[in-house]
Amino acid sequence: MIMARPKPIEEIVREIKDLDKVLVAGCNGCVAVCEAGGLKEVEILASALRMYFARQHKKMEVGEVSLTRQCDREYLGELRDRVGDYDAVVSLACGAGVQFMTETYDKMRIFPGVDTCFIGVTDEKGVWSERCQACGSCLLATTGGICPISRCSKRLLNGPCGGSSKGKCEIDKEVACGWQLIYERLKGLGELKRFEQPTPPKDWISSREGGPRKMTKEESRL
Amino acid sequence: MRLTYPSSIKIVKVPCTGRVAVIHLLRALEKGADGVFVAGCMEGDCKYQLGNIRARKRVEYVRKLLATIGLEPDRVAMYNMSSGEGPRFAEISREMTEKVRMLGPNPIRIKGVEKEKAA
Repeated sequence: MIMARPKPIEEIVREIKDLDKVLVAGCNGCVAVCEAGGLKEVEILASALRMYFARQHKKMEVGEVSLTRQCDREYLGELRDRVGDYDAVVSLACGAGVQFMTETYDKMRIFPGVDTCFIGVTDEKGVWSERCQACGSCLLATTGGICPISRCSKRLLNGPCGGSSKGKCEIDKEVACGWQLIYERLKGLGELKRFEQPTPPKDWISSREGGPRKMTKEESRL
Repeated sequence: MRLTYPSSIKIVKVPCTGRVAVIHLLRALEKGADGVFVAGCMEGDCKYQLGNIRARKRVEYVRKLLATIGLEPDRVAMYNMSSGEGPRFAEISREMTEKVRMLGPNPIRIKGVEKEKAA
């Protein structure tokens, strides 16, 4: 899922301090799972903002809502009758949700309430880590199911590099060397012979290097 | 024992302090409470294993959050005591009441909100 972390409250205050009515809009998708932007976080941020502005003797009405998802128009549409009552929306969705909210309500000021970080997994309660960079052409079939693009700091297609030491990456002793992980995995599967065939250069056009991406599934269109 | 503790304290019972969420502490302050303390079991003695440890983390989170919004972190505190320590509860109640009294009334108390309504 897409991981995000709450923005510092000072940063949000800076954006909305001159307004009178703000709606804090959460997203019950990915950002709710990583405890950054779901209903619970909406309640906490809204309460904190109300108290902050009350402390400043500033009139500020803070509304609360959390949508099923902010990356689908049908759910964003639920705010149609309500959003006009506010001067701005603080969206706790990922960057995609914030932008879709902006596109849906083009007259409304929309501010992000979280910093979107990466596509990843829940290692344990309260700990999340990266697994995918959405490069657009998946290599996992040839790397034992471990992604060199997201797990190797250099995104090497043929590793490990000289910076790998005792299974750790040179950037940080806490970071596992992605290629060491791939090696161990392929060794366990008895598929080390794959290392005899270097991976050819990757066509990065399907990644961000090709500009903003879009995809269409014709049979799904109405 | 007929112990007394300050009448200003309103007790909200929960099955375990692990049930206390961040928003509960914030709402209490937002609705006008001058301070909130969470009274959990002794660490290591939680019937649900980690409820009081989790509560402590949430209290610490709220204390940091209060500092960022201009409120005194000391308005929120976590204490641990066993259910057999009535005198200790009364002592902590007095201690917390005194600490909050020194801080003064809740500055964000909204006019018209009665303290009794604060959870």
